Amino acid sequence: MSIITPSIRVQATDFDLQAEITALTAGRKNIGAVVTFTGLCRDEQGALSALELEHYPGMAEAEMLRIGELAIERFSLLGLTAIHRYGKILPGGNIVLVIAAAPHRQAAFDGANFVMDFLKTSAPFWKKEHAADGRQGDWIAAKDTDDTARDKWR
Amino acid sequence: MSVKLVYFAWVRERIGKPEEDLDLPTSVVTVGDLLAHLTTLGEEYENALQFPEVIRVAINQEHAEHDEPIAGAREIGIFPPMTGG
Repeated sequence: MSIITPSIRVQATDFDLQAEITALTAGRKNIGAVVTFTGLCRDEQGALSALELEHYPGMAEAEMLRIGELAIERFSLLGLTAIHRYGKILPGGNIVLVIAAAPHRQAAFDGANFVMDFLKTSAPFWKKEHAADGRQGDWIAAKDTDDTARDKWR
Repeated sequence: MSVKLVYFAWVRERIGKPEEDLDLPTSVVTVGDLLAHLTTLGEEYENALQFPEVIRVAINQEHAEHDEPIAGAREIGIFPPMTGG
């Protein structure tokens, strides 16, 4: 059995969903299901002008790789891509992308869900709000519901 | 021992610098000891680390619990709970 390696990227620039799906599935004939998750920046009913994403270079990639490898093993995924952006992101802009490929849909859904739940609670990224009136806002607080979502996989 | 400390998000803002090299007294053995030691270095550290139970720490870029020893650490990251995704 060939070893599947997650494709992990941490970048300031945007990503192209279709290009990433194509890159993951090109030339493959054993993939029967591809699930993608894209996280976008909300404007919170007009209150926000942007989100600032800070990350821990090196550790961010390492944690995403570790989470990706766990998902591949647990759900027998045939491919996995995870891309997380950093820097200033405007409302409507992309923040994160997860693509999970598997022979059947359930593993692909579960794999993408698992990666997002762990990414939110253990990948070193932090969001700061920029208010619509130009003031620099607060750092977003971590939510208990994110820990609960992660813990359901135990 | 001498170690590189790196700070992120509001921990970085409150301490007022992104990183520093620090010589630690031998009494500092665990992550928890380190956080307690840092709060003695000034008001800005006290302000950043006044609720140590919420502070997350990574040793050599891997998550570490507060009771873990820091022996052998080259780089220690100190930051709030993560909010990416």
